[in-house]
Amino acid sequence: MSEKPKGKMAFYWAASCGGCEIAVLQVDAKILDIAAAFDIVFWPCATDGKTRDVEKLADGEIDVCLFNGAIRTSEQEYMARLLRKKSKVLIAFGSCSQEGGIPGLANLSNRKEIFDTVYKENSATFPENPDDLRPQHETEMPEGTLYLPVFYDTVKTLDQTVEVDYYLPGCPPEGDNIWAAVTAILEGKLPDPGSVIGAHSTVCDECKRIRTEKKIKKFYRTWEIKPDPDTCLLEQGLLCCGIATRAGCGALCPEVNSPCIGCQGANEGVQDFGARLISALASVIDSEDPEEIDQIIKDGIPDPIGTFYRFSLAKSLLRRKKQTV
Amino acid sequence: MIAPKDETRIGVYVCHCGTNISAVIDVEALAEFARGLPQVALARDYKYMCSDPGQELIKQDIVDKKLNRIVVAACSPLLHEATFRRVAEDAGLNPFLVQMANIREQVAWVTDDPVDALAKAKAHVAAAVRRVSKHEPLERRSVDVTPRVLVVGGGIAGIQASLTLAEAGKEVILVEREPSIGGHMSMFDKTFPTLDCAACILTPKMTAVKDERNIRLLTYSEIESVEGAVGNYKVKVRRKARYISEEKCVGCMACIDQCVFTKPKFPNEYDQGLGLRKPVYMPFPQAVPPVPIIDPETCLQLSKGKCKQNCVEACGERGAVLLDQEDTIEEFEVGAIIVATGFKAFDPSVMPYYGYGRLPNVYTSLEVERLVNAAGPTGGKLVLRDGSVPKRVVIVHCVGSRDKNYHTYCSRVCCMYSLKLAHLVKEKTDAEIYNCYIDMRTSGKGFEEFYNRVQDEGVHFIRGKVGDISLVPPENGEQSNRMTIQVDDTLLGKVRNFDVDMVILAVGLEPQPDTDDVRRMFGMSCSTEGFFLEKHPKLAPVNTANDGVFLAGVCQGVKDIPDTVAQADAAAAKALALIDRGTFELEPNTAVIDEDNCSGCRICNNLCPYDAIEYDEEKEVSRVIPELCKGCGTCVAACPAGVITGVHFTNDQIFAEIEGMLFDAMPDLLAV
Ligand SMILES: Cc1cc2nc3c(=O)[nH]c(=O)nc-3n(C[C@H](O)[C@H](O)[C@H](O)COP(=O)(O)OP(=O)(O)OC[C@H]3O[C@@H](n4cnc5c(N)ncnc54)[C@H](O)[C@@H]3O)c2cc1C
Ligand code: SF4
Ligand code: SF4
Repeated sequence: MSEKPKGKMAFYWAASCGGCEIAVLQVDAKILDIAAAFDIVFWPCATDGKTRDVEKLADGEIDVCLFNGAIRTSEQEYMARLLRKKSKVLIAFGSCSQEGGIPGLANLSNRKEIFDTVYKENSATFPENPDDLRPQHETEMPEGTLYLPVFYDTVKTLDQTVEVDYYLPGCPPEGDNIWAAVTAILEGKLPDPGSVIGAHSTVCDECKRIRTEKKIKKFYRTWEIKPDPDTCLLEQGLLCCGIATRAGCGALCPEVNSPCIGCQGANEGVQDFGARLISALASVIDSEDPEEIDQIIKDGIPDPIGTFYRFSLAKSLLRRKKQTV
Repeated sequence: MIAPKDETRIGVYVCHCGTNISAVIDVEALAEFARGLPQVALARDYKYMCSDPGQELIKQDIVDKKLNRIVVAACSPLLHEATFRRVAEDAGLNPFLVQMANIREQVAWVTDDPVDALAKAKAHVAAAVRRVSKHEPLERRSVDVTPRVLVVGGGIAGIQASLTLAEAGKEVILVEREPSIGGHMSMFDKTFPTLDCAACILTPKMTAVKDERNIRLLTYSEIESVEGAVGNYKVKVRRKARYISEEKCVGCMACIDQCVFTKPKFPNEYDQGLGLRKPVYMPFPQAVPPVPIIDPETCLQLSKGKCKQNCVEACGERGAVLLDQEDTIEEFEVGAIIVATGFKAFDPSVMPYYGYGRLPNVYTSLEVERLVNAAGPTGGKLVLRDGSVPKRVVIVHCVGSRDKNYHTYCSRVCCMYSLKLAHLVKEKTDAEIYNCYIDMRTSGKGFEEFYNRVQDEGVHFIRGKVGDISLVPPENGEQSNRMTIQVDDTLLGKVRNFDVDMVILAVGLEPQPDTDDVRRMFGMSCSTEGFFLEKHPKLAPVNTANDGVFLAGVCQGVKDIPDTVAQADAAAAKALALIDRGTFELEPNTAVIDEDNCSGCRICNNLCPYDAIEYDEEKEVSRVIPELCKGCGTCVAACPAGVITGVHFTNDQIFAEIEGMLFDAMPDLLAV
C-alpha cells in the first residue's frame, strides 16, 4: 500500500454524542494502517484544523469523508455541504447521520418547545434565567455582531441534506465493519453508490438463542423479569428489536440478556424500521380481541415511538411530529 | 420480437365499455393524457377492449409497434385481467407485462362528475403506466394432479357430487361424520314442490354410493388434517369406533334384537329426539351403510364396563361386534376436495316468546318432518306428545330468518317447506291450518303453482309476524296445552289472537357450528352470514380461495334440493376439470423468502392463512411453499427483516404505483 500516493481523509462530528469518534479507534492497531494510507486533512476532535482549511481545498480533493451526526443547526448544514463538495466519497457514519439517531427524537418537538424546556422550565439545566433569555442567531455587542448557528425545528439526516455515497450503520458502528469499509475504499472495491456497508440479515441471524413459533401474550419491561438465557428474548415478552435490526454487531446485547434496541437500523431494502417492527410484532400478539390487544400494547410498550423509532425517527416516513403553525 | 431491454414501449388502451365508462369519463382526453406519459409509445381508446376486434388491436400493436408493456384502462382486473394477459401471450409478450387500470368500478361507477372522473382516471392510468414499467416477465409453473377427489359431507350434495365423479370413472373418498349418509333430506317424507317421496329419490342414490366401486365411503368419520395444496392434498381421516365391523356385519340386526335393553330407551338423535332407540341401533331403516352402531355413552359395557354382552353372542361366529374397537386414522392423497357439509337448523329455544322447549306442543319443522314420515317415530301418524290429533295448527314462518336479532338473511326454503307441511298435516289430520308469514317467497320453478294449490286446499294465510305464543289460561281449574297465538295481521291492520293446539316453527338454516374449524382446515373464507365463501358469485360460484377446494350445497349458502343437486354437479365438474387435465398451473405471484438473508426469527411462521410457510430447522430459515402460497402478502408485510418479496408486488412496483397515483402532486414525474 505504501507505494501508492497517500489519500486524503476527513472526519466530522455534527449532532451526535461523540461515540462515533471513539468508535473509529475500535479498529485497534489497524488505525496505523489507516494513517499509513491516508493523510488526515480534517478531524476537529483529534487534530487541530479550521474550517477555512477545508474551504481552501479543491473540490473533490478529499478522498473519503466519514461524517457522523445528524443535521440540526445551520453550522452543521454548512459543514455537510462543504465536506460534500470537497469529498469524492462521503460516508454517513453511524446512526445519527444515517437515520437521525437519538437526536432525531427531538422531531417529536420543535425549537420553541426545546428552548422552553432548557432555558425556562428545567432549573437543573439552566438554574437562573430571570429575564427568560433565549439563544439568538445574531447578537449585537459593542465589539460587533456575534453569530450563533441557527437551531432548526427539525433534525435531518445527512442524506436529507446532501447526497451521500455510503452508509456505515450503528450507534456506534462496529470496528470490524469500519475496517471492512476502509479496506473496500483502499482496494477500490466499493459497492454501488447509495449502499449501506454491512450485513443483509438481521440480529436474530447472529443470536444463539433458541427460537420457536412466536406468540406473545404480554410484553415486559427489562426490569420486570429475569429472562431465561437460552430462549429468544422476544418469545419471553421482552421487546427485542433484533428481528428488524441489521446484523453486524454479533448480537451483543441479547448475548448479555439485554434486548436489542435497534442501533444498527433497518435491514437492506427496508424503508421504515419502526413500521416494519410494528407490523411484525402486531402479527405475533396472541389475541384476536381488539381490546385485549390494546391492553397488551398499553401495558407493555409505554413509549412506542421511543421503542420503535429510537434511532430512526428523522429518517422514517413519519419524520417528525406534526407542526402546528 | 420484444424490443431491446433498454427501450420500454408501453401501449395504453382506454376502453369505453359501451357507455359504462365513456358516459362519465372523457376517454379521448384520457388517451391523450396517456400519450404524454413517459415511456408510452401509443395510446388508443376503443368501444370494447375485451371484444375480439379490441383484443386484435392490442395484438397487432404489440407486433407492429413493438410494444413491450400493455396498460388496459377498463374494468376490474378480476373480470378481464386473464383476458388481456392471454392477448399479450398470443402476441408473444410475457403475460405479466400487462397492467389494468380499473376506471370502471373505481371511477366511472362511483361518480357522475366528469371533471373529477377524468382527474381520477388519469391518476389510475399514470399509476398503471409507472407500475408496468417495473414489471418483470414471470413464468407459471405446473404441478401434477392426483386423480382422486375427497368429498366431505354425505348429504344430498355430497352424494350427488360423488356419484357424478364416480360415473366419470374417478376415485372418490366420501367422508360423512354421522353413522349414515343422507343428511337432512333423509329425514323428510315428501319434498316440495312436487311432493315426491324423498326416500324414493334419495334411497337409490344412497345405495348407489354403497355399491359404486369408485367410491370409498367412510361414515362416522371426520377429517383430522389436510396438508398440501391444489393437486396434491394429504388428508388424514379419523374413523371413529362404531364398535361393529363394517366389513363383517351383514345387517341382520340380531345384535339390536338381543341387546340387554329389551325396549328402546334413549332418544334417537336422528328422530330429533321424538323416537327412542337402544344403545345399539340403526339411525333409520334405510341407513347406508346398513350397519348398526353402538353408542358408547349408553352401552352398559362401554360406559360402565359391565354387561352380559348379548350383542356379541347374537352376532356369533361372524364376530362383527367389536366392543374393544378403537378410533383409527386413515390417510389419503387427493387432487381436489369438495366441501358439502350442509347446515344446521336454527334452534328456536333462544326465542323465549315462542315457547319452544317450554310449551309441549311447540315443534320445529324438522321435528314435524319426522312426525309425518312413514319411517319416523310415529310411523307417519301426526299426533301430539300426548297422542292426540291436533285440530288447529299454526305454522310460524321466518323463525330465526329475516330477523336482525338472529339471521338477517332469508333462508329461502322455509316458505316452501311450510306450504309442504301445511299440505301434509292437513292431509293427515284435516286440521285447520294457519300459515303466518311475513312475505310469501315462492320464486322457484313450480313454486307459485304449489302455493295456489295449498291455498285451494283451504289452508289459511295470515300476513304478519307472530309476536307471542302463550298457554290458554286454565278452564274450570284445568290447564290444557292449548295455546294462544298473537299475530299482527298487516293486511287487516290489527292484532289478532286465536287458539291452536299445535305450533310448527319454520326454523331457518344456519351454518354448522364447526364452520370456522372446517373453513380453516380447507383454507377457505366465510361470508358475513357464516356460510363458506365462493371465489366469485358469478364467475366462480363453486370455487373457493383455495384452488383445489370446491363447494356444494347449503354449506355455501341456503338453497333447496334441486339447487343443491345442480350445484353438486357443478362442483363435480370443476373437480373433474382439475383432475382430468392431470396438471395445474400455479400463478407466479407468490411470496419468496431470500433464504440467504432470512434470520430465522420465525415471526412469519404462523401467520400464513394458507399454511404456506415452513421452517427449516437445520438451516434455520423459513421457506414459502409455492404450491400453497396465494400471494396474499401477509408475510411480506410482517417480515421484520424485509427479506420476503411478494413477486409481482415488489416494493418498487408498489411505490411506482403510488407515485403514479400522485402524479398531479409530483409534476416532475410527467417529464418525458
Ligand atoms: C325442515 C326442512 C324441510 C325441507 N324441505 C325441503 C323440501 O321439501 N324440498 C327441498 O328441495 N328442500 C328442502 N329443504 C332444504 C334441504 O334440506 C336442503 O336443500 C338439503 O338438505 C341440502 O343438502 P346438503 O347436502 O347441502 O346438506 P345436508 O343435508 O345438511 O348434508 C350435509 C351432510 O354433511 C355432513 N357433515 C357436516 N359436517 C361434516 C364434517 N365436518 N365432516 C363430515 N361430514 C359432515 C352432515 O352430517 C350431513 O350428512 C328443507 C330443509 C328443512 C330444514
Ligand atoms: S404471501 Fe400470503 S399466502 Fe404467500 S406465504 Fe406469505 S402469507 Fe402465505
Ligand atoms: S419473518 Fe423474515 S426473517 Fe423472520 S423467519 Fe420469516 S422470512 Fe425469515
